[in-house]
Amino acid sequence: MTERSRRFRLDPWRWLVLVPAMLLAVPVLMILLSVLDPQWDVWAHLRQTVLWSYISNSLLLAFGVGLGALFIGTGCAWLVSQYHFPGRKYLEWMLLLPLAIPAYIIAYTYTGLLDFAGPVQSQLRIWFDWRYGDYWFPEIRSLGGAIIMLALVLYPYVYMLARTAFREQASSLQEASRTLGLTPRQHFWRVALPLARPAILTGTALAMMEAFADYGTVQYFGVDTFTTGIFRTWFGLNNSLAAAQLAALLTSFVLFLLVLEQWSRRKIRYYHQGQKDTQQPRRTLTAGRKWLVFVLCCLPLLFGFVVPAVQLSLWALATWQVTLDERFMQLVWNSFSLAAMAALISVTLALVFAYARRLKRDWLVLIPVRLAAMGYAIPGTVIAIGVMLPLAFVDQRIDLLAEQWFGVRTGLLFSGTLFALLLAYSVRFLAVSLHSVEAGLHRIRPNMDQAARSLGCSPRQVLWRVHVPLLRGSVLTALLLVFVDVLKELPATLILRPFNFNTLAVRTYELASDERLADASLSALAIVLVGLLPVIILARSMDRH
Amino acid sequence: MSIRSMVVLWCSLIIVAWVQSAESWATEVNVYSARQEELIKPVLDRFSEQTGIRVNLITGNADELITRIASEGRNSPADLLITTDVGRLYRAKQQQLLQPLQSDFLNAQIPTHLRDEAGYWFGLTVRARPILYAVDRVDPTKLASLQDLTAAEWRGRICVRSSSHIYNQSLVASRLAHDGTEATEQWVRGVVANFARPPRGGDRDQIRALAAGVCDIAIANTYYLAGMMNDPRDQAAASQIKVLWPDQDSAGAHINISGAGLSAHAPNPQAGRQLLEFMLQAEAQQWYAEANHEYPVRTDVAYSETLQQFGSFKADTLPLERLGELNADALRLMDRARWR
Repeated sequence: MTERSRRFRLDPWRWLVLVPAMLLAVPVLMILLSVLDPQWDVWAHLRQTVLWSYISNSLLLAFGVGLGALFIGTGCAWLVSQYHFPGRKYLEWMLLLPLAIPAYIIAYTYTGLLDFAGPVQSQLRIWFDWRYGDYWFPEIRSLGGAIIMLALVLYPYVYMLARTAFREQASSLQEASRTLGLTPRQHFWRVALPLARPAILTGTALAMMEAFADYGTVQYFGVDTFTTGIFRTWFGLNNSLAAAQLAALLTSFVLFLLVLEQWSRRKIRYYHQGQKDTQQPRRTLTAGRKWLVFVLCCLPLLFGFVVPAVQLSLWALATWQVTLDERFMQLVWNSFSLAAMAALISVTLALVFAYARRLKRDWLVLIPVRLAAMGYAIPGTVIAIGVMLPLAFVDQRIDLLAEQWFGVRTGLLFSGTLFALLLAYSVRFLAVSLHSVEAGLHRIRPNMDQAARSLGCSPRQVLWRVHVPLLRGSVLTALLLVFVDVLKELPATLILRPFNFNTLAVRTYELASDERLADASLSALAIVLVGLLPVIILARSMDRH
Repeated sequence: MSIRSMVVLWCSLIIVAWVQSAESWATEVNVYSARQEELIKPVLDRFSEQTGIRVNLITGNADELITRIASEGRNSPADLLITTDVGRLYRAKQQQLLQPLQSDFLNAQIPTHLRDEAGYWFGLTVRARPILYAVDRVDPTKLASLQDLTAAEWRGRICVRSSSHIYNQSLVASRLAHDGTEATEQWVRGVVANFARPPRGGDRDQIRALAAGVCDIAIANTYYLAGMMNDPRDQAAASQIKVLWPDQDSAGAHINISGAGLSAHAPNPQAGRQLLEFMLQAEAQQWYAEANHEYPVRTDVAYSETLQQFGSFKADTLPLERLGELNADALRLMDRARWR
């Protein structure tokens, strides 16, 4: 009897969530469980010396980047979705381009440009006959610099989600505001913005989590944050437990952030009808304002994409004879196929999880999903180790058992295969696909589910026949985001990949970390170009709708 | 794309990937290398050509490779672990991930202080970390020793990278081994007080800053300077800089090695040994050391032309093992002294 009632409670949907979610949660759980064995000695040392700078720098970085991305992303999304201005059609999708540039690459290129020995300052010194110390120039390698760099490449998260949200607001809303006497500005602040809040906050939260987990940029800029601290503690102080505890503290910040986001919209449910035919017409502007809006929308594109891409192209032009060899195309293919696989897996999981959450609003589903999605804020290396250890443990067990029972050694079944790599990507990027699928799902009225159910659809059919078509946009967005993220991902790829398996990111990093940025530029540029492909697909599908 | 075709694509991609990664060869040797692919692949290719043994390679950060070998345990495919500093080899040995290798050839070619006594690891190249200075602004006679860097006249004139980097940790560890905690902490505080700017960027950035006039003295590995001297874009900057070998009347200049060890569970120990011995042959030494302007460990192999310009020097003969032992102490000390 008890057996039957248990089975009843754990119906297929719960299983579908519990099993993969717990699998994905293992690395995060391993980190959280590390607090059970506190390393007092190391903590005392950290507290006396560097802990406070880790905390304050990480928080400043995340909130700075969040604010920057919020401001740029929402602003551009509003202008692009509401107004006619020159080049709008192109800018609409080109504003997504900075997404294809890895944060550490933009950091390297701007340093090359703006550093003391770089072309800008050198030219200034020649023009004005200055020497070192004669003049003030903003130091790019600082906390402020890191915030600007990260905001420039992360604002598309906010932009993409906010743009969709603004476009999907029915024109009847605007008409209603107008009849109630609201000016367009009041409409933005009091109607449009609050309605788009879930999408905007989701984008901002993603940007902030990415900022928390960033290692490449802060390490190069010499900003002490949690991530650099984790590596120092782990490899320098040779204490992996204390490092995991630092990671757990970082994770708790992110948990707090997510709870805050959920709490901020605790009693609000936003739905829309999914009717595209009532889309609002874009407004026209006076000639002067037209160009002002054009320039405003060009700025993030210019600094987030054009400048670094041009710099990379110049370097690549100077070095391509050396760096372009037959292995290069293999790198491109490896990166592309890996990113495509990871994107499909991650989005499939996100669809299942998000849908189960809609179906079963209880903690048995909520907690595993939330845990599984925590991986986004944890640095790639920590995730990689969190994946590697349990997989190797399973491998050893199977190997031992097979030897005892059958006299056969099975060796490593999972470690060092693409499976391990794909698992790590799923852990790291589930949050990205989940957030964007959930944001899409939130906007579908529950009465549509109910209508479909009353017409005889099973829950699964509701998913395939009602939600998936309505979710097309969000699913595409999720696919694109994960694809580009995996393409750029470095630390987990580096450590988990199989023998002789290289990607563009690995190649770029190896050269760039040796401060040979010019030689790294070709593969960096290839990451950008491969990343452009899905951006264009996405842009086209946006147009079609 | 319909859902069904999506699922089919998904499955087939995974199967293809699995089959691809499961291929294997008869005679092979598996290398886990913290040295970049670019710098090591040519030597490995040469080895494959001569012996017919296939070399499988993964590159990555040393610490992560060590973690990977440890987690793979007795099933680890790793035969050789190659790192770019001795501290990591020491750590791998401490974790019992390496096995001793008895090779008369290796013992004959490599000076005693550049290899493990019991044969757990062997140096492949030597990397030196001396003082670099701007020719027009520094009187080299005032800098006989690293100790002199704490003098008040160098206030605001020294560039060096972050203490997060192993090269600086090893440098401070070597001071600890020679001078003990108290003197070293005083020295570190003195150097930090003389920094021209908070540490940022890598060694090459320090050299560029030195050339541009941000500082007058830098501590950096010689191969960065050598690389810049051979790069047309950096030649102008590098030409204003000279190498100063410190502590020539006492312990000698601080050095480190890039080195390798045979993994404890190596599935192909014979091939691993062959590869290691191959890398110590004169020709390979010459090439391997020259590719990145490092010093060969074999005393009978000539330096690269660029390195000859830096002159010969007396190197510290401290057993490199000590650098590994003192790594964590060095880092804590630098934390206390606010060398960020």
